[in-house]
Amino acid sequence: MDPSDLKYTKDHEWVRVEGDKGTVGITDYAQKQLGDVVYVELPEKGRKLSEHDSFGTVESVKAVSELFSPVTGEVVETNTALVASPEAINADPYGKAWMIKVRLSDPKALAALMDAAAYGKFVASEAK
Amino acid sequence: MLFDKPFWFKAIVARALRRVVAWGFVPLQEATTHLETATGMRKTPLNAVHRASGAKMVPFGGWDMPVEYSGLISEHMAVRKAAGLFDVSHMGEFEVEGPGALAFLQRVTTNNVARLVDGQVQYSAFPMPNGAPVDDVTVFRRAADRYLVVVNAGNIEKDFRWLQEQGPTGCDLRNVSDDYALLALQGPRAQGILQPLTSLDVPALRYYHFAETQVDGRAVTISRTGYTGEDGFEIFVAPADGEALWKRLLEAGADKGLVPVGLGARDTLRLEARMCLYGQDMDETTTLVEAGLGWIVSTDEAKGDYPGRALLAEQKKSGPPRKLVGFEVTGRGIARHGYPVLAQDERVGEVTSGTYAPFLQKNIGLCYVPASRAALGTELAIDIRERKVSARIVPTPFYKRPDKAAPAPAATATI
Repeated sequence: MDPSDLKYTKDHEWVRVEGDKGTVGITDYAQKQLGDVVYVELPEKGRKLSEHDSFGTVESVKAVSELFSPVTGEVVETNTALVASPEAINADPYGKAWMIKVRLSDPKALAALMDAAAYGKFVASEAK
Repeated sequence: MLFDKPFWFKAIVARALRRVVAWGFVPLQEATTHLETATGMRKTPLNAVHRASGAKMVPFGGWDMPVEYSGLISEHMAVRKAAGLFDVSHMGEFEVEGPGALAFLQRVTTNNVARLVDGQVQYSAFPMPNGAPVDDVTVFRRAADRYLVVVNAGNIEKDFRWLQEQGPTGCDLRNVSDDYALLALQGPRAQGILQPLTSLDVPALRYYHFAETQVDGRAVTISRTGYTGEDGFEIFVAPADGEALWKRLLEAGADKGLVPVGLGARDTLRLEARMCLYGQDMDETTTLVEAGLGWIVSTDEAKGDYPGRALLAEQKKSGPPRKLVGFEVTGRGIARHGYPVLAQDERVGEVTSGTYAPFLQKNIGLCYVPASRAALGTELAIDIRERKVSARIVPTPFYKRPDKAAPAPAATATI
């Protein structure tokens, strides 16, 4: 079950909002679809992102996938430990494998994202 | 499409995960989705078993095939350290039989079929006048006038048409691809898993030889061949017996670390061993000598003429204009099929196969470069999505299995 305190996108990213910051990663469903992750590329601090902007790349042995920002704002922190151990994306997608923290410039836009229940339904309909 | 996608990518886009833009190992295939696999795809006799086991399925050469079961890396490592079982029933089989069989095969292949004895296998190719392969194949001599030729799944129809056009005389050419399920049991423990199930003296079966025998009471042909760089066997069995044999082998090997392995690890295993994949590392535009397969190009007088012989003989003698070389990425990034390759800022070719290599824990690949740039140690750059990443030409195979004579690792090893 996906954590209930997160918001989700149709691109299979999640965001956890604390104050004016959002922490972003990819979902358990996404990591399962990718398979064994062996490479991740994340943006520099200070990068300005709009919703849906590409902020990096994740690669499994056999697949290449772009990462899309679920939020608008400025990257204030990136998970450099993840770059050294990308396999954490398979092991702990909602924990150790967070990717970036973004200072949100438009927190209200988050209301348009899915909650865990809606995301669960979305994944079920995609997997059919 | 998310990345700027050149024509060669032919990516499979997973509708389930829009962001996945490339399954690097599926050549010659129009973009499709995982979810369309159920329709219009051919299925091996083991399809239901794969689906029931929860394997991730993808289209490959028109077939609905398992790409992974438990996980690509663990499957890859199982084959290197213990054993893996592959369903390769999608491969094609042709029978060539009759008094003219040898003469016909000599005319349509590059290797010298006359060197085979009964029960021996030979790696070979169907050449075209330009010296490039229609396909790479294995030729099995059952008797002086009876041969089985195993061809790539995606090329079955093309190959059969090609052979018919070459005019088989004095022999019958039959496409018997539907008469066989084909299982590959590969890895250092393959022999130990197979032996208790058969009366065949397995250690006596030499590399690139085969025998007709029984496994667990079922009629089979066991060939000591494979596509992984490990010791192992390919087992031909009637389609109706495929499922039972698959289950029996997995059961027999369970305590020896045997696991089912999908096409994903099959691709990374063969690439570590520098075995070419038709449609990527060679095709109708690359000569066999350029691909490093001069050793299957016979220039024996007794072999007689075949398409492209003079050209291939000349390239063997004087060297080809370009060569397929192995490289290791020394910068950060994974080279993928089709990425441009540069030498001193000049574009010299493109990656034919590239991957993260699970056993070596390196990023490796193959590419064609001009012969003048093919020396070991030559510095290259791979254009990875518009970022130049350094790479170096290295000796191949990237992976060579430990000496066969060495004792097997202790059975306590856990995989």
